[in-house]
Amino acid sequence: MSVDTATVAKIASLARLKVSEDELAAMVPELNGILAWVEQLGEVDVTGVEPMTAVIPNHLRLREDVINADPLTGGGKRDAVLANAPAAEHGFFGVPKVIE
Amino acid sequence: MTQLTDLGIAAIRSGVASGDFTATEVAAAFNANVAAASALNAFIVATPELALEAAAKVDADRAAGKPLGKMAGVPIGMKDLFCTKGVQTTAASHMLEGFTPQYESTVSQKLWDAGAGMLGKLNLDQFAMGSSNETSYFGKVISPWRRNDGGNAALAPGGSSGGSSAAIAARLCPAATGTDTGGSIRQPAAFTGISGIKPTYGRCSRWGVVAFASSLDQAGPMARDVRDCAIMLEAMAGFDAKDATSLDMPVPAWEAGLNADLKGKKVGIPREYRLDGMDADVAASWEQGIAWLKDAGAEVIDISLPHTKYALPCYYIIAPAEASSNLARYDGVRYGLRDLPDGAGLQDMYAATRAAGFGPEVKRRIMIGTYVLSAGFYDAYYTQAQKVRTLISRDFTEAFKHCDVILTPTAPSAAFALGEKSADPLEMYLNDVFSVPASLAGLPAMSVPAGLNREGLPLGLHLIGRPFDEQGVLNAGLAIEQRAGFSAQPEKWW
Repeated sequence: MSVDTATVAKIASLARLKVSEDELAAMVPELNGILAWVEQLGEVDVTGVEPMTAVIPNHLRLREDVINADPLTGGGKRDAVLANAPAAEHGFFGVPKVIE
Repeated sequence: MTQLTDLGIAAIRSGVASGDFTATEVAAAFNANVAAASALNAFIVATPELALEAAAKVDADRAAGKPLGKMAGVPIGMKDLFCTKGVQTTAASHMLEGFTPQYESTVSQKLWDAGAGMLGKLNLDQFAMGSSNETSYFGKVISPWRRNDGGNAALAPGGSSGGSSAAIAARLCPAATGTDTGGSIRQPAAFTGISGIKPTYGRCSRWGVVAFASSLDQAGPMARDVRDCAIMLEAMAGFDAKDATSLDMPVPAWEAGLNADLKGKKVGIPREYRLDGMDADVAASWEQGIAWLKDAGAEVIDISLPHTKYALPCYYIIAPAEASSNLARYDGVRYGLRDLPDGAGLQDMYAATRAAGFGPEVKRRIMIGTYVLSAGFYDAYYTQAQKVRTLISRDFTEAFKHCDVILTPTAPSAAFALGEKSADPLEMYLNDVFSVPASLAGLPAMSVPAGLNREGLPLGLHLIGRPFDEQGVLNAGLAIEQRAGFSAQPEKWW
């Protein structure tokens, strides 16, 4: 499968990446080169093979179902959560207007 | 007298404990080397005051007769992928420039608890995506090594942990943290003549490590020798409830268990790793490694890992797929860069922020990942890759029925010149051909220096072990280290 400019533009939009026409033109052959190379996986016989879900057998744990099970990541951390926000306002994350 | 900056972890720890010198003297000596090495660009941020503060605490503890930790008095470099509370953590990206974590990663906290101090945050490939350190937003790291042709070409320190490898090789720190997704500890270690181990997936907590590909990312130590790697890995590893894939197992006493006698052990040599047109020096160093392991008492056998040739394409579907999901978090809202063009709405802000904050290689991988996960292509690419990954892992399971550890070269060549491979992404990806299969299978693997090639550059040998058998890997590494007697150092030019 190879991708054309329109497909690459669509992927960029899905990935929320703004790309210029020039960048788009450069990406098409690059992505096609990489995709053509990974497509050799198609020749592997995978009949009856399960896709890997865990590389090392390990059961997934549930944390204790209590409030503030870990005080470091529990509640009451508003200021720390907002400390690196590019636009924190009134104790919230600020974003551009989304409703007209 | 030996300079303090020539000492490794074990020597510093014992010298501090016995009072031959103070931790403060050690920290000051390494701080001075860091300050004088800006030409290498190994550090994004230096934190001499933190190194001194940690050292002062160790000196005070010793004076007070308190017990000292495993890493007491050892100043280290921290790859700038680990969140460090109050110290900028960038993943070498513009996106996270100025990001100051409000918490400490589990691995770095364990190291501080063990008595280590931080010399600074080390440069890397942007979001750990690269094999040469050329994708850093903060400029490429220059290897301290040079070819012996007098040409002085600037060489790659490897990647993504290239700041770590360059800093250790140049004696700016005795050891450093690395992270390895497809070879990012082992390949830079090989390029710079140092040792580095990626433990079994899950040994070291991923909590507080900026995520690249979560099913592959694993932290590990990089240091001058095998013993130092064992000491530091003990300090870094351990169960962490905050990482859902953390292994709930005790941390073995790897340092105490070191034993270079390989009698009764079988070493597998995978025939599929003998590539057509393999670099002659790399092939010769592999042969030498086989001879050394035989000399250590091991039996060497031929093994087959039939799906080896599919490991790289498999990796370059799975890693970008996971990266595209992980990096979706950079939205210009919660942390990191925001680019808000005049009159832009929320969607435009996302796209502009991500366009401005990510470098070309990161964008390339996000694009590939988004494509292989998109409706209509998911099964053909992603599911197929996960099935092939099962087969690659099964190859190792089969091989380990016949051998205890596997020996291969770490990389297909010695360090290449900066700029030599950056034009073609595929050519760069091929540099990880020997390291990626063990990553896909989650296995412990390490690189140890084997010697110099005809250009005077270090070559590494690569050992892969069974799940949880870091000890077997370290022991085989030690056997090679004792026989290689690698003592070459780059001549100081910086």
